[in-house]
Amino acid sequence: MSLFTDPRWGEALAHLPDYLGNHVRVSLAALALGLAVSLPLAILTRNRPAPRGILLAFASIVQTVPGLALLALFYPLLLLAASVTLAWFGLSFSAFGFLPAMLALALYSMLPVLRNGITGLNGIDPALIEAAKGVGMTARQSLLMVELPLALPVMMAGIRTAAVWVIGTATLSTPIGQTSLGNYIFAGLQTQNWVFVLFGCLASALLALAVDQLLGLIEGGLRQRNRARAGLGAVGIAALVAATLVPTMGRSSSGYVVGAKTFAEQYVLSALTRDRLQAAGLSASARSGLGSSVIFEALKAGDIDLYIDYSGTLWTNQLHRSDIKPRAELVAELKTALAKDNITLLGELGFENAYALVMPKKRAEALGIRTIADLSAHASTLSIAGDYEFFSRPEWAALQKAYGLQFRAQRQMQPDFMYAAVASGEVDVIAGYTSDGLIAKYDLVTLDDPKHAIPPYDAILLLAPKRAGDERLKTALQPLLGKIDIATMREANLRASGNDANSSPDAVARWLWGKIKQ
Amino acid sequence: MPSKLAISYHKVTKRFGSLTAVGDVSLDIAEGEFVAVVGGSGSGKTTLLRLANRLIEADGGTITVEGEDVQNVDPVALRRRIGYVFQSGGLFPHLSVADNIGITPKLLGEPAAAIVTRVDELLELVQLDRAAHRDRLPEALSGGQRQRVGVARALAARPRIVLMDEPFGALDPLTRDALGDDYRTLHRKLGLTTVMITHDMTEAILLADRIAVMRSGKLLAQGTPAELSNSSDGYVLELLRTPRRQVERLNTLLPQSGAA
Repeated sequence: MSLFTDPRWGEALAHLPDYLGNHVRVSLAALALGLAVSLPLAILTRNRPAPRGILLAFASIVQTVPGLALLALFYPLLLLAASVTLAWFGLSFSAFGFLPAMLALALYSMLPVLRNGITGLNGIDPALIEAAKGVGMTARQSLLMVELPLALPVMMAGIRTAAVWVIGTATLSTPIGQTSLGNYIFAGLQTQNWVFVLFGCLASALLALAVDQLLGLIEGGLRQRNRARAGLGAVGIAALVAATLVPTMGRSSSGYVVGAKTFAEQYVLSALTRDRLQAAGLSASARSGLGSSVIFEALKAGDIDLYIDYSGTLWTNQLHRSDIKPRAELVAELKTALAKDNITLLGELGFENAYALVMPKKRAEALGIRTIADLSAHASTLSIAGDYEFFSRPEWAALQKAYGLQFRAQRQMQPDFMYAAVASGEVDVIAGYTSDGLIAKYDLVTLDDPKHAIPPYDAILLLAPKRAGDERLKTALQPLLGKIDIATMREANLRASGNDANSSPDAVARWLWGKIKQ
Repeated sequence: MPSKLAISYHKVTKRFGSLTAVGDVSLDIAEGEFVAVVGGSGSGKTTLLRLANRLIEADGGTITVEGEDVQNVDPVALRRRIGYVFQSGGLFPHLSVADNIGITPKLLGEPAAAIVTRVDELLELVQLDRAAHRDRLPEALSGGQRQRVGVARALAARPRIVLMDEPFGALDPLTRDALGDDYRTLHRKLGLTTVMITHDMTEAILLADRIAVMRSGKLLAQGTPAELSNSSDGYVLELLRTPRRQVERLNTLLPQSGAA
């Protein structure tokens, strides 16, 4: 199948109105807010070197914070703010999705607007400001009639830079729940769907390019005092915004929202769940690519209606427990604890996606390693790789403590690349996931944990507090409970890691449903 | 003093840090008078001019304009009733000639139609062709044309006083001569009081009724050209010597009745 006849292009295109519309909406709001804050600040501080210095330094520091981190930071910040406003004023707002994304992006847009605003205003010939005063203008009239019009081309150049930055960075707002063109990129990266990655990159690049050119037209028009040119640019921008926003306007999203974290299994399971709800006549959509810490809070706040988490994750992250219990007991205790927050633990899907130390089968046999206890004798000559969070998780501390593990080196890797790395000998051991299909594909083996240092990780279905009494929803989900065993999930995950048309989460979800029905 | 005072400086002082730009200066300018303030750069002559419409605030002494202490007048209102011609025009580059000229009436809230009529009058007054100039941007004008627009803008709100800061300094000699003469005619025709800053004594003698000479923030002398030539101050005499010498040389070089 050639690259261009791949049906995934069509699938990507079908998402475009939604993703693009949301992308433009959040970028536009962020830019408007950024301008509304930065321009007055630039005007106020233009003749005051000390506050101006502080302001520019602050904006520069914000710029050095990686976009993803800045966006992620706003989520807990807003959660805190929301709980404060709820306690003090009885007002609650969603700390999820649009708001944190808009605020973080607005902050991101400030530097170029501030810098060019101040440069533009300070670059005006002092003789002209003197003349404005001399003909009888007040300070305000001088600003509005002389200084701002003269600084406008330089300011516009700053706005243009800010717009391009915001559009580019908005792709990173997917993990905090804001739909954007980043949905293509995150989903594509996780499911190795390079068509989606390419599509997302192209779409956001084209959008940024178009906006840049149109704003450039306005800037040039202002510089040459050519109203027709500036007007043409403005009309172009308006047309672009209208074209991207109108298709999604008025579309109500009153249905159930199924959340998914940022890895392939979650994409597949959320697609499966969404399909089940739709099959039961319920309107449902999947909100994919949510950060692991964001998703639970989003459920608690009712921003998403349901999602699938893993018992051990909630046990350590939410209950802050470090003791280990048998599978069933842990789930039962978790269910009681979550019920206090009105969260329904509907049941287990049947498989476990636990952390496991994984190495090539041949290598393990050659070294005589079957369990983690066996591994500890060799660890000092071996290297280990884990995902971005593993080495800071309590499981890793527990493993080290229980078995006295000391590796020669440890590395962090994108989960999808870990398995290939350990198969090729790039690293010796990885902290993989038991349900991962690549374990079979690369002929790897998971090492036993005789001391039970790693808690069980049963896949469990969670419902938001507002859905606690929703019997229709529970009935629709019932067929999934206890029906997915580890072998089936591994195969599903293996399919999802492929790079062809049958490997999209939707296609794998359909395959998985076929297996469950049998 | 023959008539009422238009502007009066009484023991006025202005310091910038440790530098005394204007020190204890007293100068009276009568209504209808054309006074030139002459001095080198750094003599304090521009500061003295700007004190009159409060572009610069005095540190000491009293300045009155048409009998009122300027400290008791709103500075913005004061500037709107005093015309000001800036060095090399000071025109706003983003506004057309008509908008530049009409700016002060617009600030005063005059109706748009009245401003249009007034702008046409003023273009005629400063001898610029209406149709060809009113919609142009300043960058499309020659230096002389710009300064004519500058004069028109200063006159737009019908001020009785006009302050000029080296208005013709950057122009070529022919244009300068023509503009000077034209302005002198306007001054008389409109009954204006004019204070003009210049570093050129010849220009001052040719245009002004009275000349004030400044040096290092002090007013050295004031009076008609004839009165100044009786001055005992060395610097004043030195300033007057230059135009004299030029006249003598021109007279020897050019035949008295020659066709030039």
